[in-house]
Order: sequence, then C-alpha cells, then structure tokens
Amino acid sequence: MSLLHLAIFLPFIMAVFVPFLYKGFRKIHTGWFVLIVPALLFGYFLHFIPTVRENEIIKRTIHWIPSLKIDFTAYLDGLSLLFALLITGIGTLVVFYSIFYLSKKREQLHNFYVYLLIFMGAMLGVVLSDNLISLYTFWEFTSLSSFLLIGYWYQRDGSRYGAQKSMLITVFGGLSMLGGIFLLYNMAGTFSIRELITHKELIMASPLFIPSMLLILLGAFTKSAQFPFYIWLPDAMEAPTPVSAYLHSATMVKAGIYLVARMSPVYAESPVWLWIIGSFGIFTMFWASFNAIKQTDLKGILAFSTVSQLGLIMSLLGVGAAALHYKDMDENIFIVATAAAVFHLINHATFKGALFMVAGIIDHETGTRDIRKLGGLMGLMPITFTIALIGSFSMAGLPPFNGFLSKEMFFTGMVRVTEMDLFSLDTWGLLFPIIAWVGSIFTFLYSIMLFFRTFTGKLQMDKLERKPHEAPAGMLAPPIILAALMIIFGFFPNILTYNIIEPAVGAILPELLEPGEHFVGHISFWHGPGIELFMTIGVIALGVVLYLTLSKWGKIYSWFPDKLTFNHLYDQIIKWLESGAKSITKGYMTGFIRSYLVYIFLFFIVISGVTLITKDAFKIDVSNIAPIGVYEVVLALIIVIGSATILLAKSRLTSIIALGAVGYTVSLFFVIFRAPDLALTQLVIETVSVALFLLAFYHLPPLNKHEKGIGFKLGNALISIGVGVIVTLVAISAHSNKLFDSIAKYYIENTHDKAGGENMVNVILVDFRGFDTMFEICVLGIAALGIFGMIRLRLTNEGGKTNEKK
Amino acid sequence: MKKNDVILQTVTNVVVFMIFLFSLQVFFSGHYHPGGGFIGGLMTSGAIVLLLLAYDIKTVSKIIPIDYKLLIGIGLFFAVATGAGSLLFNVPFLTHAFSHFDLPILGETSLHTAVLFDTGVYLVVIGVTMTIIQTIGEGE
Repeated sequence: MSLLHLAIFLPFIMAVFVPFLYKGFRKIHTGWFVLIVPALLFGYFLHFIPTVRENEIIKRTIHWIPSLKIDFTAYLDGLSLLFALLITGIGTLVVFYSIFYLSKKREQLHNFYVYLLIFMGAMLGVVLSDNLISLYTFWEFTSLSSFLLIGYWYQRDGSRYGAQKSMLITVFGGLSMLGGIFLLYNMAGTFSIRELITHKELIMASPLFIPSMLLILLGAFTKSAQFPFYIWLPDAMEAPTPVSAYLHSATMVKAGIYLVARMSPVYAESPVWLWIIGSFGIFTMFWASFNAIKQTDLKGILAFSTVSQLGLIMSLLGVGAAALHYKDMDENIFIVATAAAVFHLINHATFKGALFMVAGIIDHETGTRDIRKLGGLMGLMPITFTIALIGSFSMAGLPPFNGFLSKEMFFTGMVRVTEMDLFSLDTWGLLFPIIAWVGSIFTFLYSIMLFFRTFTGKLQMDKLERKPHEAPAGMLAPPIILAALMIIFGFFPNILTYNIIEPAVGAILPELLEPGEHFVGHISFWHGPGIELFMTIGVIALGVVLYLTLSKWGKIYSWFPDKLTFNHLYDQIIKWLESGAKSITKGYMTGFIRSYLVYIFLFFIVISGVTLITKDAFKIDVSNIAPIGVYEVVLALIIVIGSATILLAKSRLTSIIALGAVGYTVSLFFVIFRAPDLALTQLVIETVSVALFLLAFYHLPPLNKHEKGIGFKLGNALISIGVGVIVTLVAISAHSNKLFDSIAKYYIENTHDKAGGENMVNVILVDFRGFDTMFEICVLGIAALGIFGMIRLRLTNEGGKTNEKK
Repeated sequence: MKKNDVILQTVTNVVVFMIFLFSLQVFFSGHYHPGGGFIGGLMTSGAIVLLLLAYDIKTVSKIIPIDYKLLIGIGLFFAVATGAGSLLFNVPFLTHAFSHFDLPILGETSLHTAVLFDTGVYLVVIGVTMTIIQTIGEGE
C-alpha cells in the first residue's frame, strides 16, 4: 500500500467518518471537515508536477486477485495528473462553495458529503488505475454515487427521474465497456493498459478489434454524454448546484474523455477510431449548442453547453488521434489537436465551474433560474456580474480569456482535418471545419444570451421570489478564483503548456514523444492573422446578428416535434420495459410458495434429467460400495416413516415434528459416516429451524386449505416422484462416474502446511475458499435484513399507517 | 395462554450457559477439531432460542440487550476487514497468516488471522438467525 493508493482511498475513508462528524458537531457545517480532504490531495498531487514534467511515471501495485491478473495498480502520468488535479482542485472549490450553498439546518449534510466523497474517490480511482478491472470498478462507483447525488433531493419527482435516467444510461454504457475490456483481455491476455499498448499489433490484427473498440466507446460516449446519449445530462441538473458544478464541469462527464484519451495509444492507429470519435464529437458539439438556444433555465443552458463542449473535446481527440496514424509525417500537424483538447479540458473546467456557481448564486439570491424572469441584475450583484462576464466570454471564445486560445486551437485542429487522405474522403473532411464553425456560432450565441439576459435589460422585481442582493463572500470566493484563473491562463497560457499540457499530450500520444522533448510548442496569445482568426471574427459577427434577430428565427425550434426526440424514445422504452416486466412478472408471481417450488423443481427435473439422458451419464457401478449395516437400514426406515408421517399428518404440528425427526436422522447418518462437522451443523440447523417453524406456526394458514381435486394431487405426486428419482439417479451416477481425481487430495496435503490447521472442513471454509464464505455471510445478512424489512413493514402498515416513524 | 413452565425455566437457566460455553469451545477449536464459526454461531443462537422458548421475547431482550441487526454489520465488517487487512502487507485479498506464539498461562498457542475471519462468520450467523427468529416471533 503506497501513499498514492492512500490518496485514492482517503475520500472513502473520510466518508466513513462524515456521519459521526455530522452528528457530533452539529454547530459546525460538516463541509469544513470535508474540505480538508480535497485540499490536502490537491497539494499532494501538485508536488508531482516536476516529476511528471520529466516524463517520469509513477507506478505502484497492490495485488488484488493476481490469479485473474486483476491488480490495483496506481499509475500516475501526465494525463492522470491533469485529471487528478482537476478533480481535487475543483473539488476543493466546490466543497467550499457548498458550505455556503447548503444550509446546515435544513439539508441532510451527512448524506450529501458521503456521496460527494465517494464520488471524489471513485473519480480519482478511475484516472489513477492502470488495471482495466479496477478502472471499471471505480467507473461504476462514479455512476452509483452520481446517481445518489443527482437524486439528493429525492422528494422531488424530477430528481428521481433524472437520477434514474443518468444511472440507466451510464450503467448501460459501463456494462458495454466491461464487455469491451473482456474482449481486450481475450486478445492480449492482460488487463493492464500499459501492457495492452505494448501488445498493440496483436490487438489490431484480431477480428475482435472493432467490437471491443465499439463497446469501450459506448462506455465513454454514455459517460461523456455524446450524441445520442446526451439526454441524461440536462435532467441531471436536478442535483444541487455544487454537484452540477462538480460533476459536469470537472469530473464525471469527463471520465469518458479520459477513457478515450487513455485508450488512444491502443486504438488510434486505426482510422475507424478517429472517424467515429471525430464525427460523433463534432456532431454532438453542433447539436447541443444548437439546442442550448431554446433553453430557458440557466442550468439547462449550461447543461447543453457542457454536452457541446464535451463534443468539442471529443472531436479534437479524434483528430489528434490522426497523429498516431500518420506517425511518419514530419512536423506532425495533428499533435496540436490533442494539445487543444487537453487545453480546452482545463479551460472548460474553469469557466463552466464558475458559471455553474454563478447560476447557483442567482438561484440562491433570486429564487429562480428562468431567464425569462431574470434581467437587470448587473447593478444589484456587481461581483457576480463580473464573474459571469469573464466566464461567459471565455466560453464564447472571446479574447483575452483562456477560452479564446483553446477555441483558436480547436479551429486549427479542425482545419487540419481537410489535409487527411484517409478513405480519400476529402469532401467529407471539409465538413469538420464547417460544422465546427457553425457550432461555434451557436456557442457564442448561447454564451452571450446567458449573460445578457440575466444581467442586462429591465429588472422584473415582481417575478422574483426574493429581493436580489449580492451573495455572501464565501459563495463568491470559489468562482472568483476560477475567474482569476481564466484571465491568468488567457494571458500566460504557457504556465500550463510545459507543466501540464505537454505531459498529458505525451501520455495520449506516447510513441511520438522523446523524453524531455517539447513538441507542443509555445501557445502565443497573438498568433497572427490566420484562417482561425477570420473564423473567430465570422463567429462574432454572425453571432451578434443572430442574437439581435432571435425573435424572428427562434420559431424553427418549434418545428421539431417532441415525439421525434431521443428523450421521447427513452421514455417510451422505459414505459415499455416497465409494462412488459410487470406483465411477465404478474404471470408467474402467484403469491403461493408452492407455485415457486413447482417452477424450481420442474426446472431441476427437466435440466438434470435431460442432461443425464443426453450425455449418457447414468450408470451403476457397485464395485466400490461399502457394506450396508443394520444401523443404516434402521435409519433409512426412520427417514421413510418420518417422511410418510409428514405427508399423512392431519395437523401441522405433527408434520413439523416429523420433519425434525427426518433431519436429526440424517445427521445420525453423518455421524456413522464420520463427518462430525456436517453432523454438528445438521443438528444445530435442525434445532434452530424447528424452533423457527414453531414460531412461525402461529401465522400459518390452516392446513388442508388448498388440497382439492385429483389433478392437483396428481401433479404434486408426479413432481415429487420426479425429484426423488432424479436425485437418486444423480447420486448413483456421481458415485459411478469418476472422471477426475478428487480434489480432496489437494486439501489433505495442504491443510496443515499452508493453513496451519487440522480440521479440513473449517480450513476450507475460512481459508481456501474464504471468498465463498464471505459472500455467503453477505447473502445471509441481506436475507435477514430482507425478512426484517418485509415483516416489519407489513406490521406497521396495517391500519393504513406508513412506516415513517420507526 | 401463559403456562406454568417452572421446570423448563429452571433447566434452561443452567443449560443455556453450558450450551453457550460449549459453543465457544466449538468455535475456538474449529481449526483443529469439528466446529468453527458457522456451527459455533448456530449453537449460540440455539442457546438464545432456548431462552426464547422458556421465557418470552421481552424478557430475553432485556437479558441480552443486543441489536442483532447491528451484529450482522459488525460480523461482516470483521470478515471484510480481515480480508482487506492483507492488502496492507501487499498480498492478495483474504490471504491468511498464522504463527505459533509462547503465551503466558496458555503456553504455546497458534494464532491465526483466520480466527478473526471466523469471528465475523460467528457474529453474522448469530445476527442472522436471531434477527429472523426475533422478527417472526415478535409478529405474534
């Protein structure tokens, strides 16, 4: 266990203590305690910058399940570091902001911070894992914790709907990704991303190459809300604003970007990779920015903007992947696209984080986020106004802010696509810069719309719930820091270039990198009048015209019928699944345990019987049989008599006692055949279960209630005889077919040496097969709690009362 | 419907302790002789069930004021923590260790991390059985 692992686990460890801190220190906002974690981690990761800049890679391994090649390898290179800094840095600001945003009196803070910490730890785990299985584990943790965060205000219908939607879509993608991971393992025999890269030729030659790529991309696209999976992200805005700022500016949605960047060295040489990512990304960028215009909720606009910006980064990664495809090209012109992706990733975190916090401030201070009700806040909230100005202009790509620089680089990257000769699709390549340009116009449009509609114009006091005034300093501080960063990165982008961007680009395009070589180049603020600059001027000019004429052309949004949207499709699928599942379930869930037993036994008879017959497995071998003594005969007779008594008993009590007798007799068999452990277990189980029966006795309906009709009895008889016959046949065949050496030998030889025990049964339970036991007791625990819940709920619900109190 | 069960109660008072001590013996000797956490736990539950039969649930929960649901959690924690503890030594999850120690009074004793794991099993089994029995019993 290294310090790096501890850093990943720290949020999880802290999460355990949060409820106690919440209960113990009611007067102090729990957020203050939580704040320590991301701040500490941010400092810790900062100190890796010099190391990583020298292209040193830190790798620490914990063995998890080595026999399955599943390890927990913490792996830190430029890309991981970039993400770790984003997660902890923005995390610190978000936690700080949340202290002022969430009231300690009204909100269930302990829940909130537990979810947030789990999320933080999971994200760190995703970006710092080298082993794909541990990456996947953390990946699903992010889905789970974001589900909890989005549904934090679970009393609201919208929150539940949004949480479920994000969960269904991202987990669907996650499972596809798991499939992709297994395919990769199948091809290369390893889960480690490092080793996968070294086995690249092997993977590319395999027929499973494309399927595994598609499955992994499905995971990345659902997580990063790419077209058409973006529909969950706007609904996820039901979460508290600090969560939106965190999940959607810096972290969760970028996990998909991370995955694509991380897997680029494995896949990027294939042109399929760059065409899929490039075209889906660019289309998402256009589509979401186009749709952002019709939103009226501030957070709604920001949600679509996030989708659009993620598409932008994704398309840049796609184009940048061409650098690996055209390895031999001198002065590789595609590297700039990857650098732009990384740069924009950082910029997006700054401006989107700040804007979400601004939206939260406006919501907090005015009681609404609807831009139709807002306006004229400039005079009342001057500081918020300034932050929003910087944030939205940076998002729009205007100088002198950082968004301008990465947008210029984005244009450069897109213009380069036309120089590709893949598929000889020159005409198609031309579409990239055009779509990018059109999308940027809409980006500009929604950015200035967001800003001007909120802060300029007439103040509509009658439509606001509260009298607006400036937010408290604590809520302003985090966005001010982000705004300051936007200006700093705008004027001095090269702070990032050598320290952060280059190592990250080096991690995405490892083959093109000589240690210590600078290949991204200097990002200069004024880069001369090129085609990019003219594109920007065009964006601004057209954007302003469109903004002024919005009322004229805005009607085109109503042309698009609601029934044709993906949202509608999603709702239909959910509805269809629900009703389908319900009708199927109603078909077999009769409420009688005998029906369920009938299904189980019928399946057992059919499957075992058919296997026995088709595999020709039944044979009798009496050569190796122990003699049958008097004891055995007597015990068998007792069992037969006991069973017959159960069947014929008039009262239930008699049946229970007879059943107990059968059980005890079986344990006597174990005694005779010298299996003391089994005998003991059987004895105690029998005692406890008879006691249980007697306790439940009172609740059971009178006997003989269902006994009617000869057909009913015949059916029962057939099934019981069938089960009996099959069990007997299986037992005899199992004795007669010895296909393998018994595993007993291994245990006999190793019980003493490896586990230091004498009792083989117990050693197997706790040591050799400890995993089984662990999960078994988990199942037992869940079952007990299930029974508790079921009975308690039923008892308290009687009389129409709900189970709210206890 | 309360009956006079003086005999049952008197016998129970004595026998419960015997069963309980025996269950501990079975539990601790599990690594070398028949027994272990599962059987030990069931046997302890058996003792408590006997108490339940002789007295009623209210009296018993006064004598043994344990929240059995909590016991399940504690047991699971023991089991998982033992497993996770091995990670601290950079060996796979659930790797056990054992060694022989010369303890005062007890003499040479072998100590196993497996016993910690088994303690988890023991507690979970008691927790599960008693939760189920108590919940169903309380329904009356």
